[in-house]
Amino acid sequence: MIDVQAASSPVPVVNPDSPALRFGAIAVGVACVVGLPFLVSSYHTAQFSQVVIYAIALLGLNLLTGYNGQISLGHGAFFAIGGYATAILTVKLGIGYGPAIVIGGILCFVAGFAFGLPALRLGGLYLALATFALALATPQLLKFKAFDDWTGGVQGLLLKKPQAPLHLPLTRDQWLYFLCVFCAGLLFWAATNLINSRIGRAMIAIRDHPIAAEAMGIDTALYKTTTFGVSAAYTGIAGGLASLVVGFVSPDSFDLFLSLSLVVGIVVGGLASIWGVVVGALFIEFVPNYADSISDVLGENAKALPWAIYGILLILLMYAAPTGAAGTARSLARGIAHLRRGSTNVSLDRRATGGDQTG
Amino acid sequence: MLGLVHQVLSGLAIGSIYACVALAVVMIYQATHLVNFAQGEMATFSTYIAWALIEAGVPYWAAFFLTVGFSFLMGMAIERLLIRRFDKAPVLAVVIVFIGMLVIFNSLTGWLFSYTIKSFASPFPEKFALGNGYMSPHELGSVGVTLAVLAVVYAFFRFTPLGLAMRAAAQNPVSARLVGIRVGYMLAIGWGLAAAIGAVAGMMAAPIVYLDPNMMSGVLLYGFAGALLGGIDNPWGAAMGGFIVGVLENIAGAYLVGEEIKLSVALAIIIGVLVAKPSGLFGRVLVTRV
Repeated sequence: MIDVQAASSPVPVVNPDSPALRFGAIAVGVACVVGLPFLVSSYHTAQFSQVVIYAIALLGLNLLTGYNGQISLGHGAFFAIGGYATAILTVKLGIGYGPAIVIGGILCFVAGFAFGLPALRLGGLYLALATFALALATPQLLKFKAFDDWTGGVQGLLLKKPQAPLHLPLTRDQWLYFLCVFCAGLLFWAATNLINSRIGRAMIAIRDHPIAAEAMGIDTALYKTTTFGVSAAYTGIAGGLASLVVGFVSPDSFDLFLSLSLVVGIVVGGLASIWGVVVGALFIEFVPNYADSISDVLGENAKALPWAIYGILLILLMYAAPTGAAGTARSLARGIAHLRRGSTNVSLDRRATGGDQTG
Repeated sequence: MLGLVHQVLSGLAIGSIYACVALAVVMIYQATHLVNFAQGEMATFSTYIAWALIEAGVPYWAAFFLTVGFSFLMGMAIERLLIRRFDKAPVLAVVIVFIGMLVIFNSLTGWLFSYTIKSFASPFPEKFALGNGYMSPHELGSVGVTLAVLAVVYAFFRFTPLGLAMRAAAQNPVSARLVGIRVGYMLAIGWGLAAAIGAVAGMMAAPIVYLDPNMMSGVLLYGFAGALLGGIDNPWGAAMGGFIVGVLENIAGAYLVGEEIKLSVALAIIIGVLVAKPSGLFGRVLVTRV
């Protein structure tokens, strides 16, 4: 099984012994999120919508990989199902985009549940392999001729970006941004509750010790397949939102790199961390762009290099912080706690940190 | 009926390429219990090196062996300089490192050699004295090359002290180290062999699928399928699996699903094998002690 770090219960983001600080931080955060689309261009608004979308998809994947210990390298497939479901329902069947996204999510739950059944028998690397195959096969399946009437084949489908309802004074991009933020808020709230509930503890128990979990009466198979379904549904909803924000779906936008980016996102953000996925989402949306601008400095013919720089960054990051942003934050917090306790018990402290490093 | 025979034979030919990839995957899996997702991209890079050598006027077989040698060193260097540093990292972190390598090799090839599709020479003649119409000379040639690779690898592991040391290091690293085997170097040689075998697969595949930076992604998938089908802890089984997958893919492509979604055949094989017989046809059944 995978070797997820032991921290199972979510660590409070802000030091709880100062509620004022906590309240202030939340207020500033909300103000930033709400004010953002009014301060930046519509291009950047769409970019931030994409960040929010990635955060939702990453949250879904993290429920599966971080909390339940099942590696998926193929979540781009569920992103694609969600995206295509929304596109087909709105363009071909004339259903409103709201219900379309929900239906897309439900479809993905079913698809995820179905894929979760064979996944039950696969541990660790084998599951990674099977899902890697899924990621590689997705674009080809989407191009399949028999579905052309529905999927638009290689050309894909064009969607109309929805207008803000109730004559709200918002541009289409701004409205979509708020729609994404609203969905993300709901889904993050649901995920936090899920993780802190009996179900969440069962999921974590299955990750940490499947046999013990089974012995305690947890229906491992049901939990694992359901987690796969929920995870796929999150990713599918993200895919549906993405198809609206981009205004376009085509087989090539759901290639291997999308699936790999999602995995990169959760590992960079930190496994088994709800808020780490935001860091991961920012990383996979912006770092390729920065890599782009770095390679611009190197000259005209360095067009293909951004991805190489991205790859190098990834490897360096795994070397420096294999537990991702959340894991690093956790160990920093532990370090600070150590400092606070003072240096009276130096030898004990040293033994404790030594234990942490090998763990 | 003749059509079926033809499909089976050309399936064997393409299967020989999958067999090489599967063998490369197993090389690394046996030593480290990791699956190198960048194997295909590394092979593509090697194939481009061969292409550049041939363009520069080097005769084909000289370029072939130079590339194999270069790939061996490249694989060793990757293990020594990069993978080694992650031997204690969690599995997922290592997977991310492989993804990083995949991306790096892919864009490096694109940058150095451009994304335009190139044709790659086949070393085998257009017409063949033994030609029977069922297999093109290149198909027959790649089967031959694969069999030669298998023979060399078998002889290496069976009859050389280094091969014995490598088997020991893979089976029981602790005891191997106690009797004086440098386990770290054995892992590096395993990586080198995998990269070299992958390069052979790339050079055999390039005349068929044409040379472009993404040419091996599908081949890698079939290689994985072959390795799993044959048993990922058994090199010979994996190579057999590669041949079987090649035949299955060709028959399915011709009679069942059509050419366009052949990749899903690989997906179906992978999932089917893992569900029905996770240890593969020729693999050892692992029993976990609770």
